[in-house]
Amino acid sequence: MLQDIIINGLVNGSIYALLAIGFSLIFGVARIVNIAHTAFYMLAAYFIYIGFHYLGAPPVLAIVLAVPATVLTALVCFRLFIDPIQEHEAAVLIATIALAMVIQEALLVVFGGHYLGVPPLISGYVELLGVRVTKQHVLALGFVLVALALVWVLLMRTRIGLAIRVTAQDREIANLMGMDVRRVAMVTMAVSVMLAAVAGAIVVPLTVLDPHMWMHPLIMMLAIVVLGGVGSVKGSLLGSFILGFAEALVVFLIPMGAFLKGSVALSIMILVLLIRPEGLFGVAFEEER
Amino acid sequence: MGSPVFYLRRLRTLIQTEVLVLPSRITVLVFSLGLLLLPLFTRDPYVLRILILTSIFAILAASWDLLSGFTGQINFGHALFFGVGSYSTALLNIHAHLPPWAGIPLGALGAVLAGLVIGIPCLRLRGTYLALTTLAFPIILLGVVFAIPGITGGELGISGLSRLSGSRVGDYYITVILMLGLGGVMWKITDSKTGIIFHAIREDELAVRASGLNTVRYKLLAFCLSSFFAGIAGGLYAHLMRTAGPSTLEVGTSFQVIIWAVFGGMVSIYGPIAGVFILFPLLEFLRILPKIRMLVFAFIVLLTLLYMPEGLIPWIRDKIEKECPRCKVRNAATRKTCRVCAASLEKA
Repeated sequence: MLQDIIINGLVNGSIYALLAIGFSLIFGVARIVNIAHTAFYMLAAYFIYIGFHYLGAPPVLAIVLAVPATVLTALVCFRLFIDPIQEHEAAVLIATIALAMVIQEALLVVFGGHYLGVPPLISGYVELLGVRVTKQHVLALGFVLVALALVWVLLMRTRIGLAIRVTAQDREIANLMGMDVRRVAMVTMAVSVMLAAVAGAIVVPLTVLDPHMWMHPLIMMLAIVVLGGVGSVKGSLLGSFILGFAEALVVFLIPMGAFLKGSVALSIMILVLLIRPEGLFGVAFEEER
Repeated sequence: MGSPVFYLRRLRTLIQTEVLVLPSRITVLVFSLGLLLLPLFTRDPYVLRILILTSIFAILAASWDLLSGFTGQINFGHALFFGVGSYSTALLNIHAHLPPWAGIPLGALGAVLAGLVIGIPCLRLRGTYLALTTLAFPIILLGVVFAIPGITGGELGISGLSRLSGSRVGDYYITVILMLGLGGVMWKITDSKTGIIFHAIREDELAVRASGLNTVRYKLLAFCLSSFFAGIAGGLYAHLMRTAGPSTLEVGTSFQVIIWAVFGGMVSIYGPIAGVFILFPLLEFLRILPKIRMLVFAFIVLLTLLYMPEGLIPWIRDKIEKECPRCKVRNAATRKTCRVCAASLEKA
């Protein structure tokens, strides 16, 4: 029981972390509340399914191909539908909702509402502190750690990372300093969707695919971002594990927990916000005060 | 206080000088009359049913606009008010055997309570935080609904409510007249002094507070008003469907409201109503393409926004009307001079 809670909390938390950091990045840089973010995560999962079942590629190759395919799709969508109306916040908001609906419905048309699955990359168990854990879960955790480390390197150690951080702090000054804010936004979008796609790739063997699988992570991701403080990577990371563990605890300890897991996690978010309205690590933006 | 003839004459002058001079107001008048006279021409139950549902959702979308458009408190969880309204109406009807005309307003008061419950903590939040937090409330309630099936009926919901009225045409008149009436009330609210304060809060809350107004009170008032109207829509929906189910609380419902309102044009009350009257029947019409219905729908919304990011109705309004540069009164686009101050409307 305790082991189940720990493993589930860690895996769910780290997948939420990948999603929330990506969402946080694009919100910080371009002020886009990208509701379609988890739809891209779902798209990546389906691309892997296509690669594996229709093209007959080995699972690793399917994953390697699916990530850039998702990023490319996202960039095309961004260029066509979001970029031209960037000035109108409300319009961008429903454009991303509509985009998520388009992806969901397109998948429904192509695959129907069936539950689909992809076999795990590796099978079997390992013993960790006397607990049997599937190797796939261990692999997923390893993947997440590598992805998070790479994001950290990208943000903190490269010039483009510096550009992303600068733009997130103050768009207008960045623009005045001669940075191409739109290009930075495009690059950030690519990084952000890439994180979502990697999260999708990690989730694929652990869960079943259906065209509505983006809803629950979307809500959890939004809650995490608010909990941690909009625009804060550190906050997103901490928030993911708080809510991931809260979910796991509720599911395993409370009767009818599966129904209440979302409610409890969201109630935690609201409680934190009552005490700290700007989230755990939030920064009050100048124009939003 | 004056004879009826006096008021009739005043009404005639009002219609002549304020309504018939503007294409948009003529459209509203024709549209309302058309809705009211429709049952004379067709009594097709399918058409009437679509229009009844459209009217209910029009109230809902307009109430979203009252809160989120005017006060700027973007609410992602408007389904909460709709759901609470319909569940409390249903519970009142089933357990207390209240007839619809008493149950719906009481159910709406239940929604007002929900509005206060989420409005008070949300007073501390702004912008994106507020939007994303409000999204959480209906989902929390949905979890509770599933967890206590004894009271809420779980996934099946509460069924067996009494009918709204005896006949389909009766239902039609109740919902359409309520929609026109409540729409008018909401438009009047936004046009009043309170509405101007709502507007000012959206533009610059700090400045409103600096002018000595209690913004907390006005924000709560906006939450209450909006939840009241949304609750009425919820109650009507429950009595019409004769069930109150968890689908009223889903994220999709909240998103749908935002799509209608933003598509029609925010900050106008009539924009969201028009948005529902275009999009809801469109979605029904698309049943001719059953498999790709939602796909086509989402694409239409996406493409419309690309060309009219302010919403459809403001875009059309700006095509058929001009604003006088001197006195800011609206004029028909065909006029050369302003109808009030006679300033030239030609672009210099």
